[in-house]
Amino acid sequence: MTGDPLRIEVSRDLCRGAGMCTLLAPEVFDQSDEGVVLLLDARPPAALRAAVREAADQCPCAAITLHKPSPMPEVPEVPEVPETP
Amino acid sequence: MSQGAPVIFSTVRDGYFNPPPMTQSLRRTEPIARMEFADGHLGWLVTGYSAARAVLADNRFSARGELKHPPVPRAATLEEAPAAPPGMFIQHDAPEHQRYRKLLVGQFTVRRMRMLTEWIEGIVAERLDAMERLGSEADLFEHFALPIPSLVICELLGVPYADRAGFQHDTHVWSSFGESTEVVTAAFLSLGTYLQGLVRLKRAEPTDDILSGLIAADPDLTDEELTSIAFLLLVAGHETTANQLALGTFALLRHPEQLAALRADPSLIEGAVEESLRYLSIVHHGPTRAALEDVEIDGVLIKEGEVVMVSLAAANRDPERFPDPEAFDVSRRAGGHLGFGHGIHQCLGQQLARIELRVGFTALLERFPALRLACPPEEIRLRHDMQVYGVYELPVAW
Repeated sequence: MTGDPLRIEVSRDLCRGAGMCTLLAPEVFDQSDEGVVLLLDARPPAALRAAVREAADQCPCAAITLHKPSPMPEVPEVPEVPETP
Repeated sequence: MSQGAPVIFSTVRDGYFNPPPMTQSLRRTEPIARMEFADGHLGWLVTGYSAARAVLADNRFSARGELKHPPVPRAATLEEAPAAPPGMFIQHDAPEHQRYRKLLVGQFTVRRMRMLTEWIEGIVAERLDAMERLGSEADLFEHFALPIPSLVICELLGVPYADRAGFQHDTHVWSSFGESTEVVTAAFLSLGTYLQGLVRLKRAEPTDDILSGLIAADPDLTDEELTSIAFLLLVAGHETTANQLALGTFALLRHPEQLAALRADPSLIEGAVEESLRYLSIVHHGPTRAALEDVEIDGVLIKEGEVVMVSLAAANRDPERFPDPEAFDVSRRAGGHLGFGHGIHQCLGQQLARIELRVGFTALLERFPALRLACPPEEIRLRHDMQVYGVYELPVAW
């Protein structure tokens, strides 16, 4: 299981520098010297998704948006072929 | 559910640590309830977690002081809610608020605050040494909880610690519901005058601190603005953390199994700090906001001009967000608590407070393996009558 894919967007306009994202997911978010959010990784690996979701939930200014990734070229699903006995 | 009669808010808590009982029962029946404010204004009391977040994150609710009404009575009849002076940014809306906050957030980032850890450890160790020199008993509030954040914010801001008697006294009076108009006004003026003098000094002779840094960063800031900013940072920087440290220690001593768990596994400390912020929620009346237009929250229509008081303590005990919310549990996931508020005004110094609390609790428990109360708990005087909840003193032995 890979979990649902995720793309992160941050708003530097909405950010008020509380620092929760940097505290909760430092691999993904940082703060500039002025205290404003910096996005280090817009498509973090699955292992970090729980922390990213927590950061988005706890951002006091709703400055973090989580998207499903923009649609990739359709890859036809390969039907499962039953193994031949 | 139909609207009940308006409630009157009381800051008196249930026992030592629980929110006022009326907020707990309202959260179940009417998480947004009609409330009569101290001046007769008919507004709202929010006790549910999701509604609390919704109000605090919504810019249709204003923080401007002149639009608000007092949620609880004070002995002092202050002037008819004057507009907040320039720089008093907790009572400004965007864009004024953001102008000041922007100048300050860089000073309180996670990285900068972490760099202070060792220095804060040194301050805490010195306070513990001083306690030990007193013998085997001391008031933890006076000798530990109050001096630590006072020393820290003084140094950061550029306020001489030797002047603490004045600002600690003025802050205390200003926060107290029971003091008379004359006394509160005198304390407010005294602290303002003191800080204005300090601002002028920093302008003439800059040093390496936040106040001097602000003057250098924005030459347009007036003395009045700088005085207000200094006021907010100094008051919020020492009083809240002092009470959280003392009340948090009291809570640990009253929950021996939690204290034992933390002693057995010191890596629980970060979660324990969050849980102490959730469980104790020391800001116990407010924040308040005024509706700038009609706003509907969870099916309740709040009309333009009506004032909403958010009970952070009640919201932090909402079972819809925190399972088994009445349990003080240092190993729970307390993240998302509203102890520092929510929205654009969420505590500017929260990352500093987290480090002070983490270092403070950790070192205290390490130094005194047999830490205990030195009096029956019912003798400890509780700060029901102050803007920030806590204990007046915490006699401990070790």
